[in-house]
Amino acid sequence: MYSTDLRTDKEKKSADQQILDDAELWNTFQARIDNGDTIEAKDAMPKKYRQTLIRQISQHAHSEIIGQLPEGNWVTRAPTLKRKLILLAKIQDEAGHGLYLYSAAETLGRSRDDMVADLLSGKAKYSTIFNYPTPSWADIGTIGWLVDGAAIVNQIPLCRCSYGPYARAMVRVCKEESFHQRQGYEIVTVLARGSAEQKAMAQDSLNRFWWPSLMMFGPSDGASTHSSQNMKWKIKRHSNDELRQRFIDATVPQAEFLGLTIPDPDLKWNEERSSYDHGDIDWDEFWAVIKDGGICGKDRIRARRAAAKDGIWVRAAAEAYAAKQSAKERVA
Amino acid sequence: MSVAEKYIGAKQPSKPETIYMLRLADNALILGQRLSEMCGHGPEMELDMAMTNMSLDLIGQAKLLFEHILTLEDLAPNIDVLAMTRPLEQYTNCLLVAQPNVDFAHIMLRQYLFSTMQKLQYEALLESNDITLAAIAEKSLKEIAYHIRFAKSWVLRLGDGTEESRSRMVDALDCLWRFTGEMFAQDAGLMAMVKTGLTANFTLTYKNWRLEITHILSEAGDLSPPDTARMIMGGHQGRHDENLGHILTDMQFMQLSYPGLKW
Repeated sequence: MYSTDLRTDKEKKSADQQILDDAELWNTFQARIDNGDTIEAKDAMPKKYRQTLIRQISQHAHSEIIGQLPEGNWVTRAPTLKRKLILLAKIQDEAGHGLYLYSAAETLGRSRDDMVADLLSGKAKYSTIFNYPTPSWADIGTIGWLVDGAAIVNQIPLCRCSYGPYARAMVRVCKEESFHQRQGYEIVTVLARGSAEQKAMAQDSLNRFWWPSLMMFGPSDGASTHSSQNMKWKIKRHSNDELRQRFIDATVPQAEFLGLTIPDPDLKWNEERSSYDHGDIDWDEFWAVIKDGGICGKDRIRARRAAAKDGIWVRAAAEAYAAKQSAKERVA
Repeated sequence: MSVAEKYIGAKQPSKPETIYMLRLADNALILGQRLSEMCGHGPEMELDMAMTNMSLDLIGQAKLLFEHILTLEDLAPNIDVLAMTRPLEQYTNCLLVAQPNVDFAHIMLRQYLFSTMQKLQYEALLESNDITLAAIAEKSLKEIAYHIRFAKSWVLRLGDGTEESRSRMVDALDCLWRFTGEMFAQDAGLMAMVKTGLTANFTLTYKNWRLEITHILSEAGDLSPPDTARMIMGGHQGRHDENLGHILTDMQFMQLSYPGLKW
């Protein structure tokens, strides 16, 4: 998922100013968008369009890479060989999404190394959902069911995003996420139909992940200029609230089918809207996690920094070896 | 019979075939488990994926072997009880596969030493009188070829890379080489299976294996096997070092905490 706009107001204003810097380009560009053209890497585009996409795609890539960690927490302890294999394959998919997305973002002119450096320094953000812990095996099911489920709702419209490389990446990512969502729901189904302690495990996990999953869609966007600009540029096609509602309406019956209870006493079916009404989301919690990384943010970044540090001597060796090989070839 | 009795532990294998196959399955399982520890922590994203990939292959091989073993002898109610609940001394993997992920040099050298042996060990099964085992070997050999290619390329890069990478390879060799003799030991378990035609005697190729490894090591920054006075043995007989217990603590956690449940 992971396209939530996490910039401060100041950052948003400064970006808006840049529209004025290339007004003519902006008009021609908008005409192409309105015409339904797909924008490709070498096409002229306003700075703000480029920057918005670099931010959004790299944030999405970071989320995939950081997202390996809460699930990786259960790889060595998965309850059966089958579950271990599925989990490994799923995490491998997520890593693949990360690489694919970094490549898509690189087409806009920023290197993967720079983007990763921003992640490790804390400058770049990633989805807050991955800063929540996975203390129980049920969390592996819940992440597939809810987190990947929310990601799909967010990402399906992105398959029609105006920027070609991102849209094409999303088509492939969505196919795999759909498989992840089903395997997650299957894990939860087995738990919900299992022993009393397994059912309690599933319910406890749903209780912890429900609200953070709703937060994945970002705050209510209201009439923000940023949101409407992204809509005009067809980077975004639906409001955060609209997507969140779509997710809730799809997920509540799935929970009911399993006999699990959504931890929202205000949740009720609204006949008039043919949709569920839900309780207030605790946005203070959302912003607090963005600010301090929540329970696991420090561990997530520390783990990625450690991996990057372990990579320094490996990369240096690979480069030195490659240089020696090409020197040998020249001599030959 | 209590739930714990039924779902914890497995019967000791009594057939020489299943004893031998458990050794193969445990090798793949424990190395796969070791590699899976690196998931999300690899020194480079592409390397992370490659290690996960090898882990997937190995655990997949183990799964096929455990399934086959249970068709030959009723050791446990299912493969997960067999794979994940035995007491430590009933695991018969070689000591090499349980060695820790000290750094990428250790991981790649461990993989190279194991996979080159595993190739010979599985080729020796292709003519097995057990056709299922032969089929498992044939499928696995395709994966093993990739593991060897990948690990060998990194042994070369790290050995002939920088001073630091070379010194890490020297350390890895120093730690891991002494466990290679066990993989080729002509113990009673193997020799009994050679007699029945379950496997050919792959240990006869030890000299060639050693020559090939020595050649690659010399290409890798002029490395050479350390002067090891003796090889450390015991894994195949269930005598393990300090590593396996910690691996099992993680791997067995769910099966031992919740015996008999379906996941």
